[in-house]
Amino acid sequence: MLHTYVPFMVMILIGIIFGASNILLAEFLGPKKSTRAKLSTYESGMEPVKSARERFSVKFYLVAMMFILFDIEIIFMYPWAVQFKELGMYGFTAMILFMILLFSGYIYVIKKGALRWD
Amino acid sequence: MNLTQFLIITAQAGMLVNMMLIAAAYMVLAERKVSAWIQNRLGPNRVGWWGMLQSFADVFKLYLKEDIVPAAADYKFHALAPVISIAVAITVYAVIPWSGPLIEIDGVQYGLAMAPDMNVALLTILAMTSVGVYGVALAGWSSNSKYSLMGGLRSAAQMISYELSMGLSIIGVVLICGSLNLVEIIQYQTANGWNVFYQPLAFVIFFVTALAETNRAPFDLPEAEPELVGGYHTEYSGMKFGLLYLAEYGNMLASSAIMATLFLGGWDPVPFIDEAALLGLDPYSLPMVLIQHGVFVGKAATLVFVFIWIRWSLPRFRYDQLMNLGWKILLPLSLANITITGIVLLLLN
Repeated sequence: MLHTYVPFMVMILIGIIFGASNILLAEFLGPKKSTRAKLSTYESGMEPVKSARERFSVKFYLVAMMFILFDIEIIFMYPWAVQFKELGMYGFTAMILFMILLFSGYIYVIKKGALRWD
Repeated sequence: MNLTQFLIITAQAGMLVNMMLIAAAYMVLAERKVSAWIQNRLGPNRVGWWGMLQSFADVFKLYLKEDIVPAAADYKFHALAPVISIAVAITVYAVIPWSGPLIEIDGVQYGLAMAPDMNVALLTILAMTSVGVYGVALAGWSSNSKYSLMGGLRSAAQMISYELSMGLSIIGVVLICGSLNLVEIIQYQTANGWNVFYQPLAFVIFFVTALAETNRAPFDLPEAEPELVGGYHTEYSGMKFGLLYLAEYGNMLASSAIMATLFLGGWDPVPFIDEAALLGLDPYSLPMVLIQHGVFVGKAATLVFVFIWIRWSLPRFRYDQLMNLGWKILLPLSLANITITGIVLLLLN
């Protein structure tokens, strides 16, 4: 059973090796003449003002949190979908109830204005 | 698993990586040529006949360029981000069923697909696209530039938002085929007709989300040039930039191939017709498998062309429009699609 995953592991390893070796090779081949101006952060030709790691909109956190909530619920649907024909009417009703719960949470999120981008 | 099998798997992996590199090179050329035609220009036509060697010249140039890391950037994560991006893009290629079994060694059949018996192939693809967000978000954060950070944040939020609808649209296909194994999904479509006829809405949703996942126009907000310069790769140069770019094109081909697998019948040449019987060939014989491989690559290439076509035809969305489309239109639509598919399947049984 586990051996079907070996190709996948091999591919992950090859991907990492490919990426790392290309970066190392380019570092070896390319010139290295650094000046202060070249190493400064790009800011449309101006002197960079402060660090970029300041506060940013909380909306991005909200989107990430809602993604985690909804994504976990979507993952629940995969085993159900695979076995759908065997589960029949019972499985379908159970999933509809689950989806109604999911959808009411979704409507709450929308009504609260968590997804309003303006 | 013995040594021979392991060596064959490694050889397959090497072939797939090479395939991806060459495909990406010609996709970049196709992108430049198609955009040139659409904008009434000639496009690259100096390096090689018809610009055929342009991309290879570009790669050599990238190798010889200085790798500039801004002094304010976090050096380790700045280098790690492109590695994550490219590793994820390459890994997805392992589960895509590029062809049926081509050769048999020691009683085990091998084709261009590395993991054809993997039961959770579809879930793996979704998992890998989630990991891909790390590459983009890290690239944006580690550069310590305002443009990069904004581009990385936007891109991460966009990718995770559209992943929900992508996952939900696939469930319609899984309901019909009853499997997460990509080869079984293709075999089901060969026998019963392509999924695009039964799941047209899911196909449209998947296509739109695939555009958003690969950060292609009209969803290329992360690198909206007029406002964000280059988005998360503003501070990248040399081969690190090259790897991010390569990952982008690799993902485009991968999502086209997945679309062909899930909705367009995979390697089945014509829907509702048994080609093997028509041509008088055994369905698992070598010529038939080669025809099927050609058909699969042709379908993926056509979808890549549509991606390019859309990029050079449509204007960019605004960020609030993008988020509204993802959360308020595509998500309820894909939930409705699952419910309707479930009801119809119950009624048919």
